[in-house]
Formats: sequence, structure tokens, C-alpha cells
Amino acid sequence: MNGILQSVLAPHGPQAGQIATLAWALFAFGSLVLGLVIAAIWLAMRGAPRIREVLARERTIILLGLALPVAALTILLACGAWLTRAQTGHADEALRIEVTGQQWWWRVVYDGPAPIVSSNEIRIPVGQPVDFTLKAADVIHSFWVPSLGGKIDMIPGRTTRLRLTAERAGVYRGQCAEYCGGPHALMSFKLIAMPRHEYDAWLERLAGPQSAPSTDNEQRGQLLFLAAGCGTCHAVRGTDAAGKIGPDLTHFASRGSVGIDTLPLTAENLDRFIRDGQHIKPGNRMPEFRIFSSAEQTALVSYLMSLQ
Amino acid sequence: MNEPVPALLAGHPNKLPRPKGELEALQAAWELPKSWRIVTSVNNTVVGYFYVAAAVLFFLLAGILALLMRLQLAVPSNTFLSPETYNQIFTMHGTVMMFLFAVPVVEAMGILLLPQMLGARDLPFPRLGAFAFWAYFVGGIIFFGTLFYDLAPSGGWFMYPPLTGAQYSPGLGADFWLLGIGFIEISAIAGAIELIVGVLRTRAPGMTLDRMPIFAWTMLVFAGMIVFAFPAVILATLLLELERAFGWPFFVPQKGGDALLWQHLFWFFGHPEVYIIFLPAAGMVSMIVPTMSRTPLVGYRLIVVALIATGFFSFGLWVHHMFATGIPALSLNLFSAASMAVALPSGIQVFAWIATIAAGRLQLTTASLFVLGFLFVFTLGGLTGVMVAMVPFDWQAHDTYFVVAHFHYVLVGGMLFPMFGAFYYWAPAFSRRVLSERFGKAAFSLMFIGFNVAFFPMHITGLMGMPRRVYTYPAVAEWSVLNMISTIGAFLFASGVLVFLFDLVRNLRPTVSDPIGDVWKGASLEWLHNHIYGPRSIPLVTSRDPLWDQPGLSEESKEGRHYLPGTVTGQRETIITSPIEAMPQALQRLPGDGWPPLLAAVFTAGFFMLLTVKYVTLAFVSGVLALAMILIWMWGSDQRPLPHAEIGHGIKVPTYVGGPLSHSWWAMVVLMLVAGSLYLSLVFSYLFLWTVSPQVWPKPEQMPPSLWPFVSAVLLTASSGLIVLAGRALPVRSRNRIAFVAAIGLAVLSLCGSLGVEVLSHWRAGFRPDVDAHGALVYMASFLQLQFVLTLVVMAGFAIARCLAGMLSRRRRVVFGNLALLWHYTVAQGLFGLLLVHGFPRVA
Repeated sequence: MNGILQSVLAPHGPQAGQIATLAWALFAFGSLVLGLVIAAIWLAMRGAPRIREVLARERTIILLGLALPVAALTILLACGAWLTRAQTGHADEALRIEVTGQQWWWRVVYDGPAPIVSSNEIRIPVGQPVDFTLKAADVIHSFWVPSLGGKIDMIPGRTTRLRLTAERAGVYRGQCAEYCGGPHALMSFKLIAMPRHEYDAWLERLAGPQSAPSTDNEQRGQLLFLAAGCGTCHAVRGTDAAGKIGPDLTHFASRGSVGIDTLPLTAENLDRFIRDGQHIKPGNRMPEFRIFSSAEQTALVSYLMSLQ
Repeated sequence: MNEPVPALLAGHPNKLPRPKGELEALQAAWELPKSWRIVTSVNNTVVGYFYVAAAVLFFLLAGILALLMRLQLAVPSNTFLSPETYNQIFTMHGTVMMFLFAVPVVEAMGILLLPQMLGARDLPFPRLGAFAFWAYFVGGIIFFGTLFYDLAPSGGWFMYPPLTGAQYSPGLGADFWLLGIGFIEISAIAGAIELIVGVLRTRAPGMTLDRMPIFAWTMLVFAGMIVFAFPAVILATLLLELERAFGWPFFVPQKGGDALLWQHLFWFFGHPEVYIIFLPAAGMVSMIVPTMSRTPLVGYRLIVVALIATGFFSFGLWVHHMFATGIPALSLNLFSAASMAVALPSGIQVFAWIATIAAGRLQLTTASLFVLGFLFVFTLGGLTGVMVAMVPFDWQAHDTYFVVAHFHYVLVGGMLFPMFGAFYYWAPAFSRRVLSERFGKAAFSLMFIGFNVAFFPMHITGLMGMPRRVYTYPAVAEWSVLNMISTIGAFLFASGVLVFLFDLVRNLRPTVSDPIGDVWKGASLEWLHNHIYGPRSIPLVTSRDPLWDQPGLSEESKEGRHYLPGTVTGQRETIITSPIEAMPQALQRLPGDGWPPLLAAVFTAGFFMLLTVKYVTLAFVSGVLALAMILIWMWGSDQRPLPHAEIGHGIKVPTYVGGPLSHSWWAMVVLMLVAGSLYLSLVFSYLFLWTVSPQVWPKPEQMPPSLWPFVSAVLLTASSGLIVLAGRALPVRSRNRIAFVAAIGLAVLSLCGSLGVEVLSHWRAGFRPDVDAHGALVYMASFLQLQFVLTLVVMAGFAIARCLAGMLSRRRRVVFGNLALLWHYTVAQGLFGLLLVHGFPRVA
């Protein structure tokens, strides 16, 4: 997990960049004021009689405790108001992606002629402003990608919006920032910024149906998947599995992780998650499936790993 | 400085020898219950001890929870605590620290210190104070105990629905939070009423508002803020509990509710809460700094203005907890500005303390060190507060460890350090020995260093992207190092607290009769020779720093040369003075010790807790017992009028007063302010949900016909009229009580009738409380009204019983006066409710 991009102080987009600049300005301001207060205390205790006499005046209290802060805070407030406006403005050419927070995963819907459903991994083109439409299916969540910008809550019954832009290609980590119970700590996601043409190609592939399983093992896996009732919760487009309770698995194997970013995607990890998911992500809504023989389990895993 | 009032000065100090037996009579009246019966004491010093001790106990318990969390977070992917346990622990840590430590300890210090500081013998309602303490203690212990049965709430200390609604938190934990905390807040309000009346009406003669110690000012503002802030969260807990228990959909968006309603109500309380905690601590600093610098406080009036301004501003910035909820930019900027403005009064106070230090010479005692530590930590917390008041910065920092660092700097810096300083400073007023300066300085050093090591790195952890309230985190190198440092700091901090506890065990020798006293050479009245009854005689105050400016005051007071050197009536007494000028107005007889307040508190706690675990019958029994105890206690109040009494220096005051002169009239008025805030919170909820979901509101033609509210209004008005008539019909002597009883009886009937008509009108119109938000709110208005009607029915029965027993007459009428006040309030609230509930949908 080393080297993830999830820091306010390492901005990779204009929104986060503006806020980081503001943050550094605020730290400078804060250090200055703190230094002033410490100096005043020191002088009050150990300073020359003349200085202490000045510090002990009511006029000094008003100057240092009221007039100076009023001036400083007015400037800060003006900067804040300007930046708030700059960050909430909307442009028409933005791309739209809808993200819904659910206990404890993310449903992602890309705008298109027909909406394209995915989950737990968001891809965007580099340099293009993206307007996220944010919803919540159960409790309050909060959508936050620190390297790209601020967070906005996802509130049941309401729709909120957030604009982010990635200036460089890369993988940015995002995380739910509003406590949502149980394994809230594990409700993270990856946001992948890629060059425009790669993004277009990827989206086209995502919109397409899933190719039929090619090997025997994969076919057996698909039958098991459907027969064991996985489709009650999960959807794989082009099959009977159309559940909406859990993440859409149509292009599952093209995503980098299993268990919503708790483990990197490998066959072993997937195998573990199916049998031992409550241990890996305690409290998650998927029961542990230990009903399969090891051959069945292998077939199921190879089917899921084929969902490129 | 104002000239003292000449009439008061005549014959001061009294040079005559004191009569024999005067002191013994005073001591006899204030004699403490023996051995374990001390729990029945209602005296403020005893209750104050218990109160502070209990609050410190909860501080230690919540601190242990914090250490458990720090252990879990010391390394990434730790499995020391399960997610569910961790979630319960962080919820309990916040809840216990805020509701069972921070507010109670401040209130406790007020109950312990204020009477002595004001020169009163006790607080005006000793039994209410005892009730508030025991309710808090019993309720708090049960609430904390839920952790051991895996029944603790796990929704975070601000309990946001829908996570805390019945669907996503089906267990009892959330109910324990809602009923337990709601109940403990009622106890906080009881304490606040006591403190307000105490500060305004029991000051020593001559202690005008302008001469009142700053700590008393802060307690006045503190209690006033509780009166307006706590009702909002009490209403919120009521709404959520009704939603959980009966499905009234206040927070369910599909039925017209809104999750943000909770956030508005909660933070309308929750933000003032921070200043509720901070202001009294600032008041303590304003007492410690002048004493330790041996010079009067510089900028007294500026500080008073700053305190009042903080009180006002703090109600205008609750939305800054909701900057990330997607509200419009205009309101964002408005609340951003308000959030910054509240920094100004704090700036004034900080520089006033610095000015005082500059004017004198600061002795570096343990108390001073804690004050210096406070100045550093609190300033830093205030500065990060200005940062998160900047909306765009808050979008990044909100709900991260940066915010965790910020509010610990504000709360630990702004409240805990002054509180520890206060423990060291005031211990000599209540102990036979002083606390050790050596241990104190060691405790301070460990706490100060430990605190900064634990919490400073959290600013960075948060900006590096770590959200708060996570039970684990991935092995990101920076996060791991920073978290490990924080854990080490937390244990360093805890070791400082241990040193303090060790010091307490070694040196604290609590006493009510012979404390070591004025070791710091302080200026305020708590440094007189104080006993369980306060000073031997209540001094005439002619300055802000009486012990400095009035030489010999301490000895004169001790020798009984000032007011009320003994007991006039043979009972416990204190002087009631006017609220601004502190002129003696009456002699207040105070009740003695007894079981009813303690038992009433235990049974009230029993009622709420049994209700939580759904033992409805037992809960009901417990509730009836609580009511019985309260009635027994009330029966002993409003004592028989006695002739005027001399309190010394030829000043004669009445021993029985009614109306605005009486202390209970003031308490009732404050209670009405609480009730009004509660009702206004409901009005806000009604209008707020209407703006969110107007579609669930009925059209004018679906409303109940206007005859219904008209009848209800007529009945309400009639009941008020009948109460006025009952007041006229109060018997002069014991005969001829029928008219009074009949008028009260009819008034009860029409009051109940009006509520019945109101509920029936909605039922017949087809509204149901569990169908949509409008229905729920309409019935909620009646539910609130019902609580007042029930209270009035009990009070009316009580008044009738007093009348029949010959204890209520035209002269002895305080019981009736209080009934009438609350009655007219309830009628006004009912009429307003009718206007809102029936009028608004017709014009909207």
C-alpha cells in the first residue's frame, strides 16, 4: 500500500491545488499569530518594565485582541468566499459520473446513451473536469479523494455534487469520510485517471456485454454462480444475475481489488474473500460461502477472474 | 469603582460583642448527617465534592477508552479490538467526555465554588442540586455499564440518523444513548436553573454585578447557554426515539423527513456546547491569573463583554459542522464569517490575561503552569479553528484527524488544563492540606508534553488523508509512524494524570469545617474563613477584590461582625439580594438534608433505564415512585410565613416573599425559557421539514375544519381565565375553599379538553403520526403540550391538597404563583401551536 496518493498536501488537480495553497497560507498565518502570543506572554513575564507597562494597558488588549484579529480575519474571509465560489462553479463541458454510497461499497454509474454500471473503482480522463453526482442508498456517507479536492457528504434523499479534475494520470485513493457504521474504515476506492483515448476505449469496453465463458472450468463456475444464488445480490450483464444489493460484477476482473479495496485482486484473495469475507472485511453484508467443494470453488473463482 | 450604598454601610463592621450561643445555633442548623448518611446531604459543599469526584471518575473511564483506541491504532491492520467494539468505544469516549465529564465537572465546580465565592450560605435550591447530581451519577453509571454488556451505542457521539435509526441500529445501544443522555441533560438543566438563580439572587450585600467575580459571570453565561442550547438536543433525542419506537418518520426521506434535521438540531446544541465548556474554564483562568500575579484583573469589563458576546455568537455558527453537506454557498459564507467572529472575544480574553500578567509578577505555581499551558494549547486550537472555519479548507479537513486534533486542542487546552489548574488552585479551600507543588509540576509537564506529542501529529495525519472514526488503516508508511507517535504521547499524557491521582491520594484531605484556606492570598470571598455554612457572617462587599481592598474583612467576617452572623429562624438560611445592586431583600430559609432528592433521582433514572430495556410496567412503577418522592420534597417547601427578621445592622427583611421577589419565581421563569426553547426547536423542525418536503403537507381543504382549533383555543383561554379566578378565590383563612378548588378543577378540565379536541381534530382529518413527516410533527406538537398538561394536572392536585391542608392562602401563595405562571405559559404555547399547526398549511 506504500506510495498511495491520498494526501491533501500532495495535490494533483486544480481544486486540491487551490486548497493546498490556502492551507499553506493558513499555516503561515497561524504560526505568526502563535509566535506573537508566545512572545507577548514571554514579554509579560520577563520583559523590560516599559514593555510590560504597555502590555498591561486596556488599549493594548483592544489592539492585539480585537483590532488586529478583525483585520486579519476579514482578509481571510474574503479569500475563503472567493475560493468557495471558484470551487462550486459549474462548467457545461464536464463529464458526469454518478456515485452512490452504500454500506460499505460504492455504486458507480457512467453517463452514456445507456447508463453504464460499475462499482468500487472509478476511472476518469486526465485534464477533464468531472462532475460527480453523489447519492446515498442507506445511511450518510462522504465522498473524498484528498489528492484531487474536498469532500462532500452523500445524504439519503438528497443529491449533492462535487467537481474534480485530475491533472496527471495516476491512481488516487478515496475513502468514505462520514462514519457509516461497521467496517466504515474499509470503505475506500480507487480513482484512476487515464489519458483521454485510453479512457474512451475503456468505457466502450465497459459498456459492452461480457464475453461468454471460454473454458470448461469457467462455464462450470458460471453455472455455480447462477445456481448458488449469487445473482440475488450481484449483477453480471448478459446473464440472469441482476441483483442490486451488492456490487455489479460485469467487468469485475478488470478492477484491481477484491472486497472493495481491502485486498489486491488475485485468484487466492478472491477465493479467501468468498470463504472468509467476514474476517477480511468484518460486518460486510455478504455472508461467507463455505458450501463449495474445492473444485467448485476453483471453478467459481476462475469464472469471476474471467470477467475482464 | 462605584460608591457603596450608604444605607448598607451604616454601623459596619458591627463592634458589639456577639451573643452567647449564636455560633453554636448556626453550627447546629448546618450540622451534617453522620457517616454513610452523608449521601442524604443537600449542602452545596458536600454535593459539590461528590459531583466533582464523579465527574473525575468519568474522565478517567473515558480516558481509559481513549487509551484502548490508541492501542488499536498504534500499528496498521491491528486486530486488538473488533470493529464493533472499537465503534462502541469511540462513541462512548466522545459521549462520556462531553456529557458525563465536561459539562458536569463545570457545573460541579459551580455548585462547589459559587456560594462561597458569592458569600452565600448555600445555593437557593439545595435539594434540586442534590437531585441533579444523583440523577447524573446513577444515570451515568448505568449508561457507562452498557459497555460491559455489549449494549453500548455505536453511532458516534453525534448519533447521525439514519445510521442510528431503527433499521441500521436495531439494538438497544442507540436507545440507551437517546434516553440516557436526554435524561442526563435534564439534570444539567436543573443544575443550570439553580446556578442562574444562585448568581442573580444570593450574592453578598453590596456585590453588584459590576463587582461580581468573573467566574460567577462565566457561570451565569454558561447556565444561560444551557437553557437555550440543551432543549434543541432534548427535542432531537425525543424525535429520534419516537421514530425508533413508533415509526414517526422525522428523519426518513421517503416519508418527508430529512437526515439533516437532526444535524441542525444537534449542532444548534453542539456548537454552543463547546463554549458552554470553555467559558467557565476561562472564568477560572480569570480568577487564577490575578491571584498568582498579585494584581487585579486588567480589562474586567472587556472580559464581561467578551463572555456575553461569545454566548450570543456561539448560537450563530452551528452550520460550520455541516459545511460538507452541500448547502448553498451564501449560507456557507455567512456561517464562515460567524465562525471567525467568535474568535474575537477569545482574543480579547487572551490579551487581557497577558495584560494582567504584565501588570503584576506571575508566580510559577502549578496552577500558573496549567494556565500557561492552556494559553499555548488553546491558542493553537483556536487558530486551527479559524482554518476549519474557511469553507474550502474545511472540505478537506472535515471528518479527518485534523479535526480530531483541532477539537482536542480546544477542549483539552481550553477546558482540561484550566480545570487541573483550578484543582490545584482551589484545593486549599476544601482540603486540610495543599496539593503538592512538586507532584503538580511533574503532572503538568507530563500532561503538557504528552498531549502535544499525542495530538500535534494528528494535524498531519489528517492532512495526509486519514479520516476519523476508523478502527484500522492500511500500512501507509507516514500514517503508521504518525499514529505510533500519537499512541506514545497518549500514554505519556495518561502518566501525568496518574501522577495527579497519586498527589490526590497523598495530599487531598477533604473537609467542610477547617480547610487550610487562603494560601495564595486571593481576593475573592471563597478565601474567607469558610465552613459548611460559608462564612460566619456574610460580608458587605464594596469592591471587586474584597479581600485585597477591604483590610480586616476576613477577621470581621469570622467574628460575626457582618450580616447574618447566626440563624434567625433556627433553620438554614441565606440572604436573598436584588439581582443587579445586591441589596438585601429577604431572608431565605433553606431546607435540611433528607432522602427524597436522592430517591427521586434514583427512581427517575430507573424510569428511563427500565423504559429503555422495555420493562414498561416496572418503569411505570419507578416513575410513580419518583413522582411521589418529588411531591414529598415539595410538600416541605413554601414554609409558613414568619415575621420580618433582622439580618444585622438594623436591616429588617421579610422571611416570606412571593412574586418576582421570591427565588422560586425566578426559577420558574428560567424553566419557562427552557420550555420556550424546546417548543421553538419544534417550530424550527416543522418549518424546516416543510421546506424540504412540502409535498407531504396537506392542502387547505384537507385540514380539519376551523371550528376544531377554535373550540380548542376557547378552552385554553377559558382555563387561563379560571386560574386567574382561582387566584382571586384563594382563601384568606382556612374556611371557604370550595370556590378555589372548583375553579382549579374546571381549569384542569378545560385544559385537558383543549388538548383532546386538538388531537381528535387531526385524527378525524385522517392524519396519522407514522405516515408522513407532517403527521408526525402535528402529533409531536400535541405530545409536547401533553407533557405540560400532565405536569400541570399534578401541580393542580398538589395546590388543591395544600389548600385543603390549610397550607395555601392569600398570604402563603408561592405554590399557587408557580402553578399560575406555568399555566399561562402552557396556554400561550398551546395557542401558538394551534396557530402554527392549523394556520400554516392554510397560508403556505
